[in-house]
Amino acid sequence: MAKKISILIVDDEESVRDSLYNWFIEDGYRVETAENARKALTLLESDQFDIILADIKMPGMDGLEMLRRIKSIKPVSIIIIMTAFATVDTAVKALKDGAYDYVTKPFDPDDLTHLIRNATKQISLEDENETLKKKVITLENVEDLIGESDAMKNLLREVESVAQTNSSVIISGESGTGKELVARAIHTNSPRKFFPFVSVHCGALTESLLESELFGHEKGAFTGAMYNRKGRFEMADSGSIFLDEIATISTKMQVELLRVLESKTFMRVGGNKEIYSDFRVICATNKDLKSMVEQGTFREDLFYRLNVVNIHIPPLRDRIADIPLLVDYFIKKYCLSMNKPPAAIDPTALKRLQEFNYPGNIRELENMIERAIVVGDGKRISLKDLPLEKSIVNSSTESLDDFERAFILQILHKYSWNISRTAKALKVDRVTLYNKIKKYDLKPTDQ
Amino acid sequence: MSLPTITLLSFGFPQQDFLDQIARAVQLEFGYAVNLREGRIDLGEYYDPARNQYNGNNLLNLVDSLHVTDSFKTLGIFNVDLFIPILTFIFGQAFLNGNSGIASFYRLNNERYGMPENDLLFIERAKKEVIHEIGHTFGLIHCQNPVCVMRSSTYLEDVDQKKLHLCHNCREKLVG
Repeated sequence: MAKKISILIVDDEESVRDSLYNWFIEDGYRVETAENARKALTLLESDQFDIILADIKMPGMDGLEMLRRIKSIKPVSIIIIMTAFATVDTAVKALKDGAYDYVTKPFDPDDLTHLIRNATKQISLEDENETLKKKVITLENVEDLIGESDAMKNLLREVESVAQTNSSVIISGESGTGKELVARAIHTNSPRKFFPFVSVHCGALTESLLESELFGHEKGAFTGAMYNRKGRFEMADSGSIFLDEIATISTKMQVELLRVLESKTFMRVGGNKEIYSDFRVICATNKDLKSMVEQGTFREDLFYRLNVVNIHIPPLRDRIADIPLLVDYFIKKYCLSMNKPPAAIDPTALKRLQEFNYPGNIRELENMIERAIVVGDGKRISLKDLPLEKSIVNSSTESLDDFERAFILQILHKYSWNISRTAKALKVDRVTLYNKIKKYDLKPTDQ
Repeated sequence: MSLPTITLLSFGFPQQDFLDQIARAVQLEFGYAVNLREGRIDLGEYYDPARNQYNGNNLLNLVDSLHVTDSFKTLGIFNVDLFIPILTFIFGQAFLNGNSGIASFYRLNNERYGMPENDLLFIERAKKEVIHEIGHTFGLIHCQNPVCVMRSSTYLEDVDQKKLHLCHNCREKLVG
């Protein structure tokens, strides 16, 4: 059903307000009136209007000042300025300040009808544009889920089946494994795909900021809250909300979140009106939430409310088979964004990439490829373009000895087991290097 | 107890046969008995010399004050040029879902637009305007159907384009 257009009439003359009110009511619009700019601004704090018709000359704040104030809060508002005495100066001023149109009283009935009809058309085009933009963005993002390994195929199957439900999901996995991409894929494949996907990085916000971010706030709720602001839960209405790093939220926020998840209603910070929002919640964490529950740092009831479905994303080192596909995908992606023809990759470089441990997972691989395209010759990525030796410290090096062994081995490989050059690079003498090789039983075949 | 009626209150429109035809059209469209009466007021009180027109808002309030409870709806018929403060002219207006409305035949005549007189066309236009305004008193808003009598008409050509009757949707709203 088409949206019912709402109109706010602001004029100090009662007869004008009544006349326009009756005229628009007969056209089926929702109409409200205000006798001055202050009352109009108060009305706008609690209600939204598609079109505002305002007289230019009013006692107190005039129409132009009101126009400027409304535009600073809601720049897309359609405001039509009315005047009994038209001058070119005021008309230009009104249009420069963002008025949609400027009309002289009294109007021809036909002109008024056309004016409102055109404004209505613009509103529906803007709504349509917004919906289409959202659609395009979400469709683009699914393509980023790359891989043909068994682990990846299982993951895609899980995403497909969970997307059709409305259940809460926790996505777990190490940092850089692509948890947000999986969340987007769930949203894009769900019946909610034409509505917003709203992402919140809980770890990046303090408790009070997170509260205002999630629930929104009313004007004056705290210092600096100059205008009403919608929260992320409100913005995610009919869509999905993605709460990244859920393990970082405070105990107080855990209680708040649980209440919202149970009732789907909340109040803006400093507000007293209950707001309902129909959202689906998808969370992500790189922590073990179950252990946190056992340790008492994460609420058990919230954990069970969120953990209806758990999707675990394996680290990149457990799906080495996907590395060539990912490398190919990132090369194409970055060459395209840098306006370069797609580069090739040396088999030795690719082999080393497959042997690498990736503590930073796919994000680390992606950064490596981006860097290689920037610093390389643009035609072929070779081993020297990849910053592999700098990433020697990985999750398998648990002691200083492990670290030393792995580091010496890497430098030996780098200089093709030339002892003199390796010793020089390590700033030790050759005897010390031989002793280390003996100590760690290093061989040229070791990786 | 008498059956509910729609009252047509004529203020200075002399042609009784025209008014009878309008009354019959209203009766057919809404299914209520129509009571035709003559209103006696000094229209001069409603005249605005600056605009050389008559104030439609004040006339609507006058008709509303004359509405009697034994009548279901009351519509004032005028033959003067009506305006409301914000618009250059109006053909008529009514209280949406209220008791009363007004309609003027002043701008419905061909001669006013330099065209040859056409009584048939004039009476058709008058019937449409009266039915349109009474429709509003029954809560009907402007209809998008190009031939429905509840279609908004700001020019005479718009009035001629629509038909004399309510479309299926408006009729359903009326019955519901």
